[in-house]
Amino acid sequence: MSGEKFDAIVIGAGMAGNAAAYTMASRGLKVLQLERGEYPGSKNVQGAIMYANMLEEIIPNFRDDAPLERHLVEQRFWMMDDTSHVGIQYRSDDFNESTPERYTIIRAQFDRWFSRKVREAGATVLCETTATELAKEGGKVIGVRTDRTGDVILADTVVLAEGANGLLGARAGLRQTPTSESVALAVKEIHFLPEDVIDQRFGLHGNEGCVIEAAGTISRGMAGLAFLYTNKESISLGIGCLVSDFAATCESPYELLEAFKNHPSIKHLIADSEVKEYAAHLIPEGGFKAIPPLFGDGWVVVGDAAQLNNAVHREGSNLAMTSGRIAGEAIFEVKSCGGRMTKRNLALYKTMLDDSFVIKDLKKYKDMPALLHTNSRNFFMTYPKLMSEASKNFMRVDGTPKIENEKATTAAFIKARSRWGLVSDAVRLALAWR
Amino acid sequence: MTVAVTKLRVEDKLFQNRYLVDPGRPHIKVRPHEHPSANLLALTRICPAKCYELNDKGQVEIAADGCMECGTCRVLCEASGEVMWNYPRGGFGVLFKFG
Repeated sequence: MSGEKFDAIVIGAGMAGNAAAYTMASRGLKVLQLERGEYPGSKNVQGAIMYANMLEEIIPNFRDDAPLERHLVEQRFWMMDDTSHVGIQYRSDDFNESTPERYTIIRAQFDRWFSRKVREAGATVLCETTATELAKEGGKVIGVRTDRTGDVILADTVVLAEGANGLLGARAGLRQTPTSESVALAVKEIHFLPEDVIDQRFGLHGNEGCVIEAAGTISRGMAGLAFLYTNKESISLGIGCLVSDFAATCESPYELLEAFKNHPSIKHLIADSEVKEYAAHLIPEGGFKAIPPLFGDGWVVVGDAAQLNNAVHREGSNLAMTSGRIAGEAIFEVKSCGGRMTKRNLALYKTMLDDSFVIKDLKKYKDMPALLHTNSRNFFMTYPKLMSEASKNFMRVDGTPKIENEKATTAAFIKARSRWGLVSDAVRLALAWR
Repeated sequence: MTVAVTKLRVEDKLFQNRYLVDPGRPHIKVRPHEHPSANLLALTRICPAKCYELNDKGQVEIAADGCMECGTCRVLCEASGEVMWNYPRGGFGVLFKFG
């Protein structure tokens, strides 16, 4: 490969990297994509939910052959204490549309499919190749070194789609290593069950799917979230909390996962299943304020590596796909105007991204990570317990006059957070949400 | 009612996973130390693959074979120099079948 020069080298074959490589290759650019795994997807971990609109903008007819598990018709949000949950549930037959808007997927299968599309579009995909260093000349990125050869592989642009734990950009001084406050560690298991058992337990038919997302005492006072997603013949479930909170509490992630699996609200849903994999992964949680510089001379950064994740709405891969696509379009645009891949010209990527839902959404919630982080005990411990107690007071019929139950509920809220604390929490939450 | 209490072993979880170990080339190393820092000590509890353990001298050691390459230890201990972190050579390390 020495002597050969590419229009772009894409580091990583995840959602962002595949979107970028596909976008550029299908427009005729000469693209090399490097992936350190045995096959695309073999290093990638996600829940996983895939949003159709964002993929449709890249591959319009993806439903013809993409490996999709179930389309979602029901979403549950649970606030959990140790023995109960208070939930919001939304289910609609409207989601049984001809082109559903979201699906559960299994990333190892999906990424292999996406990578096949990238190769069909004309890109060269090199697996089992770890990029070890960005090569620079006069401050400009001119290519990469890999563990295959000491030689530099040259390119006009390098697209860093190396994920939340990407080393290249950080080592080259283009961005900081994520801080422990800006990433969550999530652990996940995949539980296999017969399709009809999953259908029965969740009230599903055909390809319908259901997701549960849960917060509360399951994260033991840490800022965190648990999830359960139905696939065709399996259930993905996991839990994630901020790394800084894990370090402070020394809670063990797999013990947390076991406790979640054994919670009385979850246990029966996965009973008799066969666990086939245990995975761990970092998730960017810093939001808008943690986004690093997105472009420079000869490079752009996309997806998780750029901290593009909307933690409030649990949207990551669609921001990754969209930023990858936009980066690819911007590079193509610069190239086709005869421009060089300078910092000035690649600013087009940021301009286009700023104009998309990606940055608009992250900006909307810019104060949310700090709020949840500094108040994690209240939001993940105190309030779930109070909500559960309030619900129990409301439901139980034991001869206690209702007015006394109501007073007990109010008193419990005031005792736990004080009148001032309750009002201030509500105001701060409203401001961060605004 | 009595319930049999079984101690959770993370090794049993990791047993499900596929790995291609690169013999003699661990991708993570711990800097020799007298006393571990709070973050390094925390890794013996919070590493999701339980790669970090305390030896009988009270120092933290790593056996990176079960590593899932998440990067938690890098985020906590790379800047201080206590942990040296790299990805495994291409093709080696954990191989997720589902991900």
